[in-house]
Amino acid sequence: MFDNVWLIPLFPLIGFLINGLFGKAIKEEKVIGGIGALMVFCSFVVASMTLFKMISLPGHERVHNVTLFTWIKSGTFQADIAFLIDPLSCVMLMVVTGVGFLIHVYSIGYMHGEEGFYRFFAYLNLFTFSMLLLVMGNNLLLMFVGWEGVGLCSYLLIGYYFHKKSAGDAGKKAFVMNRVGDFGFLLGLFTLYWYMGSKHGIWTIQFTELAKHAELYPVGGVVTALTLFFFLGATGKSAQIPLYTWLPDAMEGPTPVSALIHAATMVTAGVYMIGRMNFLFIKAPETMMVVAIIGAATALFAATIGTAQNDIKRVLAYSTVSQLGYMFLAMGVGAFAAGIFHLMTHAFFKACLFLGSGAVIHSMHHALHHAHSHDDPQDMRNMGGLKSKMPMTFLTFLLATIAIAGIPGFAGFFSKDEILWQAFANPHHGTLNFALWGCGAIAAGLTAFYMFRLVFMTFFGDCRINPKCKDHLHESPMVIVFPLIVLAFLSVVGGYIGMPKIIGELLGGIPNYFEHFLAPVFEFSEEYVKSQAHATAHHSLVLEWGLMGVSVVIALVGISIAFVLYIASPSLPAKFTAAFPALHRAVYNKWYIDELYDFLFVNPCKALGNFLWKGFDVVVVDGIVDGVGKSVLGISAALKNLQSGYVHNYALSMALGVVVIIAFYLFR
Amino acid sequence: MLGAYLPILLLVVISICFGLGALVLSSFVGPKKPSKVKLQPYECGCEPVGSARERFSIKFYLIAMLFILFDIEAVFLYPWSILFKKLGMFGLAEMGVFIAILLVGYIYIWKKGALEWE
Amino acid sequence: METIAMPAINFAAIMPETILSVIAMALLLINVFVPSEQKAYLGYLSLIGIVVTFFTVIGGWGTPQEGFNGSVMQDNFALFFKGIFLVSAALSILISDQYMKREECNHGELYPLILLATCGMMLMASGTDLMTIFLGLELLSVSLYVLAGFQRDSLKSNEAGLKYFLLGAFSTGFLLYGMALIYGATGTTRIAAIASYVAQNSLAGSNLMLLIGMVLMAVGFSFKIAAAPFHMWTPDVYEGAPTPMTAFMSVGPKAAGFAAFVRVFVIALPTLRADWADLLWVLAVLTMTVGNITALYQKNIKRMLAYSSIAHAGYVLVGFVAGNAVGTAGIMFYMLSYAFMNIGAFAIIVLVGKKGEPNNNVEDYAGFGFKHPLLAVCMSIFLFSLAGIPPAAGFIGKFYLFSGAIQAGYIWLAIIGVLNSAASVYYYLRVMVFMYMKDPVEEFDWLKVSPAIALCLIIAVAGVLIPGIVPGYLLELAQKAVLL
Repeated sequence: MFDNVWLIPLFPLIGFLINGLFGKAIKEEKVIGGIGALMVFCSFVVASMTLFKMISLPGHERVHNVTLFTWIKSGTFQADIAFLIDPLSCVMLMVVTGVGFLIHVYSIGYMHGEEGFYRFFAYLNLFTFSMLLLVMGNNLLLMFVGWEGVGLCSYLLIGYYFHKKSAGDAGKKAFVMNRVGDFGFLLGLFTLYWYMGSKHGIWTIQFTELAKHAELYPVGGVVTALTLFFFLGATGKSAQIPLYTWLPDAMEGPTPVSALIHAATMVTAGVYMIGRMNFLFIKAPETMMVVAIIGAATALFAATIGTAQNDIKRVLAYSTVSQLGYMFLAMGVGAFAAGIFHLMTHAFFKACLFLGSGAVIHSMHHALHHAHSHDDPQDMRNMGGLKSKMPMTFLTFLLATIAIAGIPGFAGFFSKDEILWQAFANPHHGTLNFALWGCGAIAAGLTAFYMFRLVFMTFFGDCRINPKCKDHLHESPMVIVFPLIVLAFLSVVGGYIGMPKIIGELLGGIPNYFEHFLAPVFEFSEEYVKSQAHATAHHSLVLEWGLMGVSVVIALVGISIAFVLYIASPSLPAKFTAAFPALHRAVYNKWYIDELYDFLFVNPCKALGNFLWKGFDVVVVDGIVDGVGKSVLGISAALKNLQSGYVHNYALSMALGVVVIIAFYLFR
Repeated sequence: MLGAYLPILLLVVISICFGLGALVLSSFVGPKKPSKVKLQPYECGCEPVGSARERFSIKFYLIAMLFILFDIEAVFLYPWSILFKKLGMFGLAEMGVFIAILLVGYIYIWKKGALEWE
Repeated sequence: METIAMPAINFAAIMPETILSVIAMALLLINVFVPSEQKAYLGYLSLIGIVVTFFTVIGGWGTPQEGFNGSVMQDNFALFFKGIFLVSAALSILISDQYMKREECNHGELYPLILLATCGMMLMASGTDLMTIFLGLELLSVSLYVLAGFQRDSLKSNEAGLKYFLLGAFSTGFLLYGMALIYGATGTTRIAAIASYVAQNSLAGSNLMLLIGMVLMAVGFSFKIAAAPFHMWTPDVYEGAPTPMTAFMSVGPKAAGFAAFVRVFVIALPTLRADWADLLWVLAVLTMTVGNITALYQKNIKRMLAYSSIAHAGYVLVGFVAGNAVGTAGIMFYMLSYAFMNIGAFAIIVLVGKKGEPNNNVEDYAGFGFKHPLLAVCMSIFLFSLAGIPPAAGFIGKFYLFSGAIQAGYIWLAIIGVLNSAASVYYYLRVMVFMYMKDPVEEFDWLKVSPAIALCLIIAVAGVLIPGIVPGYLLELAQKAVLL
């Protein structure tokens, strides 16, 4: 049925191989960029065909495993190179290839003239390939391969400007934090495999097989443990508390990378993974609660930090962390379809915002470069009044901002409101629901505030850039603007495929197409929740309308405050920070979380390593080696005098080992 | 079963005690009147000439090592020669292989010049 | 006069050993008779010998041969390991020529010594008698002592050889004492006979002599595989020894140690399993952790790989502790892929090095990725595999080792293993950071790739990637070779 889906990951892989192997020889930027973008476009075409075929099928026939060949087989264990094609992976395929294609096109313009142009496109293609593997893999192991692959590409692309130390460090930080998460993923995988095998004799890691036996999982217990492991993996990849600090640092990478990897696709992998394993999570109420709380807390926490940042990309980075928090909140309250819906709309408007900010930075960079100014092209305090200089960028940026702020009629409104309503009305968390909703609603207000603060500081008001540079600010070329227009269009209309029920009914019975489409994937969870006795969600039309009104009002208040502070009376923010210096410092410094982590984890680890190294090695072993290296004269003396002593030491450690072991056996 | 080894243990204990006892006792009982002559290294009654820490030529070690190697291997010939007839043709062939391997080593050291003094 | 009945001798059981030792002796003689400028032939001849031996190994697959009155047994288990030894010997020889010429110590004895060491390893893998195993171990060890100190005019190399010799002799003492105690307790050195004696007289758990014998043998083997706390010799010896020999030492002898370790413990002492599994559990955890944590701070890349090889011994021990089919097949799969990835990495180190190796620090790889992209990609593949990142063979191997442990119920061991391998990524990646993310300091213009090293790199890359992407075939072989 879906025999040709293997083409989807194949195209970017070909692109990677061509650009990676011959890119240096090709040299011509248009050819390199063209190949990169074309390959992703081909994938997009095949993915679209897959989607149309999927829609034409009846609901219960929409889950397909397409096996290419057996990958690993040993005894009871089997993993195939096989793809799972169902509505959920279709949605993800469309997002990855569609948004991915636009960002590839954008990169042709944005990366123009950069050193290592081919390297960039090779990595970008490799990333797309890995992400597609992650999304399409029909078993946990193949998913893990993609999971590692995107992590690697993210690392390579964050460190793309490798001559900057901060970029290298940021890459390393991202990698290490992701490894912590990967560790959780692997533990979850092992535990699940081992549990199902030893307990029920079902040795499998294939999603459809695991879902088929969903009845067998006990509620809580081992399922709680393993879902928590998986969730740890998700927090690493999707930058949630406590593993989120790498994402803002990851903004060291080129802007298209931030848009593709750190906003639209890779960071949503954690959400996708929970969606994929929803049949497990639904059986672990404690985990669901943890997911919901972490999601809500992250949404609120990151939003507060976003209000005080001056770097345009860092604001967007914290905004991404915050929006990812919403998605996890949705997952945690069992609104899987709503979470995936927000994932999609967020991909549209956040990619648009990042690309727009990239266009601004690009223009700023060139203008400052002309005037030989060393001002930071990403600092919003140097911007202002760009509205007239870059009209198309401004327009698209504004539309995306309205979408993320949750103004009715735009994509972000539909998805965010669905999540907030489900947070309030879900049957899982009882009295906690109100707190979850409250966090989400306040975060929504903060989002509206900092996003409009960004717009006002960047595009409105006086132009604060170095006067010499003013005339060099100009709109970006078409290759950059075109993706912005498409994404802005999607940010406006993308929400209408998943309208909340009550609005749909008001408009004459338009169903929630999106939820319907995804229904087969979340069928088990839905049934399971319905079968639970206490699972009676309170449905009240009045309440739902009321809450919707409240969130709109909150958003409008956020926008108004931003307007007052940054347009009407621009002197107020300074007074405000003067009045509460400690608070401002804490928020500006991201609540000192990085410093806390350094203190709690990084430094003790370093100290332990240092101790083992210095105490164990430098003193005992390296002394001798350094001596040899340092002074030619000292060599013979050092060797003659120290050699036997050190071998003694080694022998002593062996002898001690033997004594300890024998003593253990004698006295146990 | 371990009881069978008791005499050996006794032997070890007694010999250690005897050795240590002799040392300890002599250091307690013996009179100590050191003089220059007494502290000199003993060299068969003559006046010592130069340092006692002479370095030997490495060639001694090489020759000694080669001697021991071939010596030990020659030991294998004794049991073989006693049982030579009983072992028959097979024994002869095996010893031929053994000698051939030795011969390879011998030719090697010879050609390497390990047997020449200078 | 009646003749003594000859024991059943089956030369087919020691065919690979025979071929290798005959070739080694022939090379020794050729070496002293040909003038020194023609010594390149020795390398080719030894490679031909290895290839021929490899074919006899393949030919023997599936038909177990017992010989010498049951003191050697060439079964699939032994043959798989012999394959690993031959691969590591061949790859090491391929990188030796250029290195030895550069360091001006191109002595022809190198090749016979490597072949004899390989021969010793093979005896260890197929020995079914403690004496045979000990004989193989000594043949291996003595050759290695010489190989470690092969650069006679380099102090570091001398230091390596001497240290290895002293500590090796020390550990041999433990091993031999352990064997003696086992012999004392059971009255035999045939490992199958030991097992049946222990079972018939139900000595397990009650007999102290047997238990201590087991412990001492474990210590002796642990030294060979460089398991903590018997690993102290490794960094010094690996750093000082000539780089190609370090590559050889870190793979072949380790695999041989595991082969003998597994065979003796699984066949001779299955009744003591509960006892030795505990011991190996602790050793595995200690080895992984000490190896990885110490490697984190190493500047010298050879030293770093030395500590990493300690850690890898720990991972393999995890599969040993598991003791089931998956874990044991994992040991074999892992050792084979380790041969490719580790020797491959050392080949790059040989290439980057200058005479006297003043530039073996990780910083010296700054910008290597821009000057020699193809070599840097090879290095990256090896490092990825060592770190256990898919799709390299190292990932599949680790996956098998750990899933074996999980199937056997050693969840915590697997968790510690996974944690360790996560930590190890840091120091492997550091090399890549320097290769790709730092500006070149050097021009690397001295770097020349000889055809032999190019061949070695191609084989190693293929050996890492092919089993990594389609591991099925190799795994099937490993599973057929499992000793259960």
